[in-house]
Amino acid sequence: MKLKLNEISKSFGPVKANSDINLTVDCGEILGLLGENGAGKTTLMNILTGLYKPDSGSILIDSQLKEFHNPREANKNGVGMVHQHFMLVPVFSVTENIILGAEPTTIFNKIDLTNAKEKVLKISSEYNLDVDPDQLIEKLPVGIQQRVEIIKILFRDAEILIFDEPTAVLTPQEVIEFFAIIKNLKKAGKAIVFITHKLHEVLEVCDRINVLRSGKIVGEELPKKTNNKKLAELMVGRKVNLKTSRQIVEKGEVLLEVNNLSILSENKEPLLSNLDVKLHKNEILGIAGVQGNGQTEFIEALTGLRKISSGKISYFGKECKNFSPRKIHQLGVRHIPEDRQKQGLIGDFSLTENIILNTYYEKKFSNNIALNWSNAKKEAKRIIEKFDVRTNSEEIIADKLSGGNQQKLLIGREMSRSINLLIASQPTRGVDVGSIEYIHNQIVMARNKGIGVLLNSTELDEIIALSDRIIVFYEGRVIAEFPSNADPNIIGLAMAGVN
Amino acid sequence: MKFFIYLSNYFSNRETIQEIILIPVIATLLAIFLGLLLLIVSGSSTQIALTALVALFTGSFGSLSAISETLTAATPLIFAALGIAVGFRAGLFNIGAEGQIILGGMAAVAIGFSFQLPFFLHLLFLLLAGALLGACYAFISGWLKATTGAHEVITTIMLNLIAYRLLDFFLRMPAIQKEGRNDPISKSIFETAELPRILNYLDPNLRVHMGFIIAIIAVTFVYWLIFHTTIGYEFRAVGKNLDASKYGGINSSMTIIVAMSLAGLLAGLAGATQISGILGRATPGFSAGIGFDAIAVALLGRAHPIGVLFSSILFGALIAGGRAMQVSADVSLDLITVIQALIIIFIAAPILIRKLFPWVFK
Repeated sequence: MKLKLNEISKSFGPVKANSDINLTVDCGEILGLLGENGAGKTTLMNILTGLYKPDSGSILIDSQLKEFHNPREANKNGVGMVHQHFMLVPVFSVTENIILGAEPTTIFNKIDLTNAKEKVLKISSEYNLDVDPDQLIEKLPVGIQQRVEIIKILFRDAEILIFDEPTAVLTPQEVIEFFAIIKNLKKAGKAIVFITHKLHEVLEVCDRINVLRSGKIVGEELPKKTNNKKLAELMVGRKVNLKTSRQIVEKGEVLLEVNNLSILSENKEPLLSNLDVKLHKNEILGIAGVQGNGQTEFIEALTGLRKISSGKISYFGKECKNFSPRKIHQLGVRHIPEDRQKQGLIGDFSLTENIILNTYYEKKFSNNIALNWSNAKKEAKRIIEKFDVRTNSEEIIADKLSGGNQQKLLIGREMSRSINLLIASQPTRGVDVGSIEYIHNQIVMARNKGIGVLLNSTELDEIIALSDRIIVFYEGRVIAEFPSNADPNIIGLAMAGVN
Repeated sequence: MKFFIYLSNYFSNRETIQEIILIPVIATLLAIFLGLLLLIVSGSSTQIALTALVALFTGSFGSLSAISETLTAATPLIFAALGIAVGFRAGLFNIGAEGQIILGGMAAVAIGFSFQLPFFLHLLFLLLAGALLGACYAFISGWLKATTGAHEVITTIMLNLIAYRLLDFFLRMPAIQKEGRNDPISKSIFETAELPRILNYLDPNLRVHMGFIIAIIAVTFVYWLIFHTTIGYEFRAVGKNLDASKYGGINSSMTIIVAMSLAGLLAGLAGATQISGILGRATPGFSAGIGFDAIAVALLGRAHPIGVLFSSILFGALIAGGRAMQVSADVSLDLITVIQALIIIFIAAPILIRKLFPWVFK
């Protein structure tokens, strides 16, 4: 099937989310839709899948005019979408999830699981998806869950497949497998739209690339005739420096020393075992590893959010036994948590209220009883301006900011006060290219000024670009250490447990 | 209109004026309308329904004495609902206001009849005792939650039941039971412990008392506490996002205990003012379900002190108007319960209201 969007426009109040968008995808083709957060990608796809009605413009499938009022109608016409956040019931089996909403039935409305299972198996083998139809979703890794989502739309005979940021949740290995899958789908004659903000991905798998900025298509490129830099500039609308310049600085004294640290879970299983880590002044120490290998627990222990079972954590030469998060903050240790919405910010609080989250009790903001809102507001304004947070007021709630701006606010809060050591976890997750550049520069600048930085990221590219030294976490242990100029492939192997 | 915008800024700058004022107003009118419809459907004549409607309004706001009755009924609701609102802000669902009112009332009675003190001192002593015992009782739930994770809904319900039985026991104790009575009833408090009626000089029958003034002070205090103090900030942070508040260095266990105790303190004051301002003694059912009505009031007021003030007055009006309705139209007071329940349902489903009256929200 061939999809054509004709002059699609959609506004929300004064905001033009999409204006006059023209786009075509042919069968057997992968179209990359590249754009920053807030560029209008999701709105466009929601129009295509019937969640929103466009203000003007039309959707044509095989030259026939179509109008969808809900996702079900879009489905019936062969349009299927794999969302960034999966829509699966964890306690249901793969088959049960796939048929949900389109259950094949026999007499008396009995669900026909046997037939459904066969069809699932058939689809699975046809596209090399390798999914066990009887397995429970909660037992499956994220990469396989995504394949279940893919089978779900193929089960409904989708010919036009839309993937919304499909690689955001995958490990590097899973990304490679995912690319193989969509190439298979392409070979089978499906029309595919691949939405992302990662440049190297569109270059690798797409046949054509459309770049979306502020609701408009600003360019169409062919992967063979373009490059990272050109795409990034189209996407952001200005010159972007993708490589963070990082001159060599002599590292100083030890700021953080972790000796023989172990943490047991509630069921007495080891989460971290016998960790030894040292972080120096003027150093960025990168923690590489596939998510779930103890990095989160390690950082929680360092920031006082998790009790340690044995071992020693010392900041600036002094042991910190059972220090609370506040006490560690008072030492000048700043923490950018991995999940800004869950931990770093309170979505329902205003920007001002968020700015004082870990300093509200200080003299500047309170006299021990009442809060000094005017000082807090001044501080919020200062940080918003200094760290380029795009907002028209410091009184709006944090949820209203885009991901990149939320992260800038958080980083601003942590880095604008006296700081000796920075623990940054996934500092650029879900952040647009323009903001990534900014955040990386801030981290390198901090290190140049004499701060020690502990950088935890599942993006190996990020670790390699920024770190002076790299340690790799695997199953709660540090299994390898590399200098900054190590071969990414060898680091990748260490992440998979090969040493 | 300017006044309403001003008012809406007072409520909160995060919700639209529609959410805060229009929806409760429409919900109330719709609930009253449906209540009367129910009356007609169940066999009363339109005549009676209209009489009831008129009585509902004249009995709540139609005269000075009606207004006095409305405010009298609103007073304990304001205290108790403020307490529940404080809990909501800290993410706690305090079902235990009823028990806390009972304990506060018991302390007030004990102080009130046991000894005599100069007028103002005695009253102060009584109120402090009520507040303190209410706070201690709620502290149990807060402490259990903070240390063991026991859910406050369960513990407060259980403590309510214990409070009822404690009251029964208390009222039968020889030191407390009124001399010469066999039924459970306490001795009466001394006049020096009574909250004076504030409109006494106009008409000694107007029951509205000093407690209402104290309640207004409490509204202001809680407003200041929630939005302008470090403790209030901690409450709200813990209530909105526990993980982020821990990350921010807030001692969440302590915050939960303090918030729960403060909620109990306010509910205890509701019990104490009710004893000292209206009842003068304790009887088995003296709490009269105020602690449960207060939950509805706090929800209706969106856990905002000023919202709580207005919704308490609304509920007070329904109680006062309901009594008048019972007298002049011979309609059961239960109709008021139905109307109250309908209001809450409509408030909880604002989308329904928007769909029913789209032109209002244009």
